[in-house]
Amino acid sequence: MSYRNDPYDPKQVALLDPAALAEAVADATKAFEAAADPDALTALRSVHLGDRSPISLARREIGALPPAAKSDAGKRVNEARRAIESAYAERAEVVEREQAERVLVEERVDVTLPYDRRPRGARHPLSTLMESISDLFVGMGYEVAEGPEVDLEWVNFDALNIPADHPARGLMDTFHIASSDGSAGSGLVLRTHTSTVQTRTMLSRKPPIYVIVPGRVYRTDEIDATHSPVFHQAEGLVVDKGITMAHLRGTLDHFARAMFGPEAKTRWRPHYFPFTEPSAEFDVWFPEHRDGPQWVEWGGCGMVNPRVLRACGVDPEVYSGFAFGMGIDRTLMIRHGVSDIRHLFEGDVRFSRALGTGA
Amino acid sequence: MRVSVSWLREYVDLPADLPTGDLEQALVDLGIEVESVVDLAATVTGQLVVGEVREIEELTGFKKPIRFCRVDVGAANGTGEPQEIVCGARNFAPGDRVVVILPGGVLPGGFAIGARKTYGHNSAGMICSAKELGLGDDHSGIIVLGPDVTAKPGDDARPLVGLDDVVFDLEITPDRGYALSLRGLARELSHAFDVPLRDPALMPAPGGTETPAYPVEVRDTVGCDRFTARLVRGVDPTAPTPSWMAQRLVTAGIRSISLPVDITNYVMLELGQPMHAFDADRIAGPLVVRRAEAGEKLTTLDGVSRVLTADDMVICDDTGPISLAAVMGGETSEVVAGTTTVLFEAAHWDPAMVGRTARRHKLFSEAAKRWERGVDPAVALVALERAVRLLTEHGGGTPSAEILDIDHVRPRTPISLPADLPTRRVGVEYPPARVVALLERVGCTVAQGTDRLSEDPGTVGVASGVGAVLSVTPPTWRPDLTDPADLVEEVVRLDGYDRVPSVLPTAPAGRGLTPRQRRRRAVAGSLAERGYVEVLAHPFVSPELADQLGLPADDPRRPAVRVANPLSEEEPLLRTTLLGPLLGILKRNLGRGHRDLALYEIGAVFHPRLGAGSPPAMGVDRRPTDAEFAAADAVVPAQPVHVAVVLSGDLDPAGWWGAGRPAGWADAIEAARDVLAAAGIPDERVEVRAAEYAPWHPGRCAELRVDGSVVGHAGELHPVVAAALELPRRTSAMELDLDALPPTPVTPAPTVSGFPPALIDVALVVDDSVPAEQVRRALEAGAGELLEDVRLFDVYAGAQLGEGRRSLAYKLTFRAPDRTLTVEEAVAARDAAVAVAAERLGATLRGA
Repeated sequence: MSYRNDPYDPKQVALLDPAALAEAVADATKAFEAAADPDALTALRSVHLGDRSPISLARREIGALPPAAKSDAGKRVNEARRAIESAYAERAEVVEREQAERVLVEERVDVTLPYDRRPRGARHPLSTLMESISDLFVGMGYEVAEGPEVDLEWVNFDALNIPADHPARGLMDTFHIASSDGSAGSGLVLRTHTSTVQTRTMLSRKPPIYVIVPGRVYRTDEIDATHSPVFHQAEGLVVDKGITMAHLRGTLDHFARAMFGPEAKTRWRPHYFPFTEPSAEFDVWFPEHRDGPQWVEWGGCGMVNPRVLRACGVDPEVYSGFAFGMGIDRTLMIRHGVSDIRHLFEGDVRFSRALGTGA
Repeated sequence: MRVSVSWLREYVDLPADLPTGDLEQALVDLGIEVESVVDLAATVTGQLVVGEVREIEELTGFKKPIRFCRVDVGAANGTGEPQEIVCGARNFAPGDRVVVILPGGVLPGGFAIGARKTYGHNSAGMICSAKELGLGDDHSGIIVLGPDVTAKPGDDARPLVGLDDVVFDLEITPDRGYALSLRGLARELSHAFDVPLRDPALMPAPGGTETPAYPVEVRDTVGCDRFTARLVRGVDPTAPTPSWMAQRLVTAGIRSISLPVDITNYVMLELGQPMHAFDADRIAGPLVVRRAEAGEKLTTLDGVSRVLTADDMVICDDTGPISLAAVMGGETSEVVAGTTTVLFEAAHWDPAMVGRTARRHKLFSEAAKRWERGVDPAVALVALERAVRLLTEHGGGTPSAEILDIDHVRPRTPISLPADLPTRRVGVEYPPARVVALLERVGCTVAQGTDRLSEDPGTVGVASGVGAVLSVTPPTWRPDLTDPADLVEEVVRLDGYDRVPSVLPTAPAGRGLTPRQRRRRAVAGSLAERGYVEVLAHPFVSPELADQLGLPADDPRRPAVRVANPLSEEEPLLRTTLLGPLLGILKRNLGRGHRDLALYEIGAVFHPRLGAGSPPAMGVDRRPTDAEFAAADAVVPAQPVHVAVVLSGDLDPAGWWGAGRPAGWADAIEAARDVLAAAGIPDERVEVRAAEYAPWHPGRCAELRVDGSVVGHAGELHPVVAAALELPRRTSAMELDLDALPPTPVTPAPTVSGFPPALIDVALVVDDSVPAEQVRRALEAGAGELLEDVRLFDVYAGAQLGEGRRSLAYKLTFRAPDRTLTVEEAVAARDAAVAVAAERLGATLRGA
């Protein structure tokens, strides 16, 4: 086709032919569609949109056209170029999305690989239990009191109304500390109960006294599944004006529910402790017991014996008080169904790890 | 104390159809612990019936005489035909009624009875002895029922032999001696069920006579405030103990010995009065009751020769001590096989004395147990009368007309009890009439009293409130009731503990945990977060441990608190360092196959007060003065709380991610630094220095200082120590004294600048004896306030640095609070830092 006898290469002029432009668009679109990934597509860009691409060469031909034809031809070339660019962009979006999806698939890992690169540490469950008991009572306004594990016999026994010749003293299975010449009679013992801290607290501060005493105690019990020469108690002591056994019951009920769930109940059995009068042992009932809901022995309690108040410098005419104590080891064993107390002291990492990581 | 319900029923009208469970609950509610309940009827299962022996065929030709019997068991066997039974016993004749267990039954011990062929005959069942039925040790023959038994063949035999009974094993608290008797238990149960009590102590008993039954002199009326005695002459020495008595003794766990001795034990169980039976013909001269002389000897009934002290009480005749009073009799005067003249003694001894003697001689006899817990001083003559009647009834003989009674018992003083005290102490409204009624029920005499407070300072705890004051005299059998509080307990106990309401007291505002308590929690939590596992070790250690740890002779950790009565003779000492027990736990874990271990413990160590002596004696009638208590407290060992870690194996384990990282000295030191940080000690107050300190490797041990004071050590264990304790090489450890740390300061807030940092790396070459810590401090000192951070990122030693030199490469971070630093400023600060390092430590810039 020719308009006149121009000196132009008919083949180049032919590039402006609408059919040729359409073909360029179609070729480019087809080529883009065939590009599988962004790299292949990028490579095709110069072929179909670069300087040597048919569409670019066509644009160059426009200058050779007669003025009347330029506008029309330019319009056609631009349309064709936009079509190619649009096809490119569309394809680019597709291949990039496909590429991104492919990468996600390729980067897939086995998330079930064991993640134990940093071995987990643990608190000892007795420690965390002592802390949660402390927190419970601190929340009620108590303070956490402490005392030495080796203490004066006077603090452990005499002041608590356990005279030297009283059978209750014999029942305590006491570790005595040797005096420097090797005999007993140093006046020191490994404390047999946390009640030593009752003595020390009353000696060192004035009522009102509201303290909780978690701690380690000692008895000469041979080690077996239920006995350990070292075990732990938590002792509560309240000395204030107008304190009654009803206050003791209210406190133990609250304690039991905090430890064993909202349905837990307590009951008392009359008992004898030299440092309390009246005295009771108390049991707790709770539904989640390992062997089904039932009563289990939990601890001892009572109204502080006025003789103890007197020995510690508290006026029994003005103040009364209650005290209670329970085995922390026992509480842990009841709560978690621990069958052998030795697990608590052997230090096997499996035990602490299993029980010592929760709150 | 083991006691049968049928025996209890002799003294208290328990409801006829009382379920065992209800009786158990009643005892528990009274404060008597029930250790176990044995329903004897359930110990023999199947048909245990009365049989009447019809024919006996003596079988011969066997090693022992055997009888083939036909026994009428009525319709019990379903046929009505006589039961054919082969029996080895010979103590019965045709017409005797015996106890037969039929095939299908099971005897105690799981011994199942069947029908079998034996000695050539079919034997279907068994004729039982007392021992086979679990009723005692008598296996001399089968049980032949007495002529007074009216049961017919085929009737259940259990009620006839006591197998319908229920036995309670009771634990009696140390204050209630009276409950160690049928009398006391029956009294308690009469309260529980509100039923009549038949008090065996109300049996009429003649009083002491002018002429004594036997000449006795009591020289110490404090140790022995009552001594009664009576003779029975002409006793049949062959008279056996009646089986019902023997059976009750066996049930109670007391061996049957001879009729007179069994009677004393029986009366003790019944009335709570321990007694002694002497063979009067084996006593030489009058009896003297006195304290022993130190060193005196006595061979007690158990055959042990005992050396006495001046605190023991003895009964003597002309030959010297013949009885360890209240605890155990002596061999020379005991009742023997031929005894015909019995001297019964029922005395009352000082409980504290008996307790001391029993403990000193480790003789916790049934008698001593009761004396310690308190015996009714008023029951002695009744016990004597009861014993005499039992002996003459079952052993013949004639009681002496004379009765000895040396009585120095002081009457009880009344206790003043404000009538409203139970209400005020318990929180239950008890009207005064109710208080009086309950106290009278336990045997107290209650009178309207005056407030005796002013004249009786020995009475403790009587709050002189408004209202009536009761004057309460406790009964003689309740020596434990001495204070108003004891009476309050009786009121609430009998009224019911379950009536006490539940009321939460209101505490004043508390102050929460102490800083020391918070610090321990922070330290514990931080170590657990770092991967350490907390353990709680027993504190008992061996004397060899100090050597195994390589402690020098003068090390302050060598003197240790010693337990006088350790559980294990090998471990009598209390730890002076946490490391011994903690390394023991490490070893146990290794032995159980754990390889990679990081453990920690927070706990007390014990340091004796050398030369402190014994604490001064302090009474309990008043508070010790501050000075008195301080003097006593000064004897108590120092017990600082330490924290320690031990490490072995890999700290970071190998896995699919790559290789592991072995734990070592650096981790131990890092743990120490973590602890100090968690304890709130700012880094700039912490100093780490090389140290030589057992049990650590001398080249791999750091001491941790806070404000210049040593608070602990960390590093790798000395290889010799690791070997001595059979631990892997490179086992590392750290121990700090938490109580030696200063209080946690209030940390001032840092200036957090939003301007960009200037980072400059600098490599310094120093002599390799120069600790990195000093280089860091020099850089910090020289760099000035623009320095934000110093981080050592590489340590290099190589030939080109020269022998004994190393290069430490630091990344210095500079930042200003108010501007972006210029390069010149940062370089100037860097140069200043290097200059100080050069000046102090001879450091040179690497490559410079």
